Amino acid sequence: MKPKNQRLILVAAALFAVVAAALLAMWGLREQASYFFTPADIAAGKASEGKAMRLGGMVQAHSIQRQGDGLTIRFVVTDGKATTPVVYRGIVPDLFREGSGAVAEGRLQNGTFMADTILAKHDERYMPPELGNLSAEHKAGGTLER
Amino acid sequence: MHALANPARFLRIARPATIWLLAVGLALALLGISAGLTLTPPDYLQGETVRILYVHVPSAWLGMGGWLGIAAASISQLVWRHPLAAVAGRAVAPAGATFAAICLLTGSIWGRPTWGTWWEWDGRLTSMLILFFLYLGYVALASAERERGGEGRIAAIYGLVGAVNLPIIHYSVLWWRTLHQGQSISVTGGSSIDNAILWPLPLTMIGFSFLFGAAVLMRMRAELAEAKVEARMRRLGA
Repeated sequence: MKPKNQRLILVAAALFAVVAAALLAMWGLREQASYFFTPADIAAGKASEGKAMRLGGMVQAHSIQRQGDGLTIRFVVTDGKATTPVVYRGIVPDLFREGSGAVAEGRLQNGTFMADTILAKHDERYMPPELGNLSAEHKAGGTLER
Repeated sequence: MHALANPARFLRIARPATIWLLAVGLALALLGISAGLTLTPPDYLQGETVRILYVHVPSAWLGMGGWLGIAAASISQLVWRHPLAAVAGRAVAPAGATFAAICLLTGSIWGRPTWGTWWEWDGRLTSMLILFFLYLGYVALASAERERGGEGRIAAIYGLVGAVNLPIIHYSVLWWRTLHQGQSISVTGGSSIDNAILWPLPLTMIGFSFLFGAAVLMRMRAELAEAKVEARMRRLGA
């Protein structure tokens, strides 16, 4: 065998081994590397009470309630399978709205998620304003189905 | 590829290619950016901040495409000992690092008004930051090896192993729940970006890619010229 071919096989084998090892590691990391828990995870008991974590999902339609102090809001996060109520005191990002994705950082207390931070999640769809209004009703879902 | 193993022949092609890539790339990039800033409508949710995508997406592609180039050069170096492979790898690295940095910066600027945060440690953002650090490591390693008179084999192995990060960046939004949205454009599935917003993007994609190519060719020519000068100085000194 020519040394050139020998090197080619060696490099290909090494590359295969490295990629396989990395993919296995990433597969193993699937749970830990997830950026947030979903309401279904909480319903399944994967999240423990009082521990710092992130909750992600869609803000359920008509669920945002402003409290009397004008700063505290309550809303419900859903992933289509389960729901979790959230309480947050502070200013939410502009893109935070009902029917859109959101991620809350905080802890779980008696089944209610006490959020310290709210982030809005943007999905992969981009469109001009006139189209956006037309399709507003069918937009929920999609980015969280994993 | 092997026809270009002769540096003199490579230079004959690279010289006019640099000029063409630079001119066409500059024209397309300027056209795409000005169209993206003035002609396209704002997004229905993000408003005007959507326009950052005309710079962010090409930068992300070139940050990753640059390492793809390093990986190709590494294989060509390790297997065929191509005489220009190490030169090409060293020329690509700073350009790739620059675009990876632009991608991270523009993403951060977009993230603040959209998500409400400059930075979060989600899968996509973290793996892209790692790519940037990999570039810095490659630049340091490759130049150190060159100074010691090495052939670039150590840098090539590093470049090959570092390529493992590319599928991780690409699939991070599919494998893991991330704050970063999923992919909008796929080769097979079309695009979830409306055409009214999408159309300048190919212009900046191709334009930035040509500019990237021009920068790489310029750096390669500079390094070959430098090597020639060094060889002549040695001959004069001896």
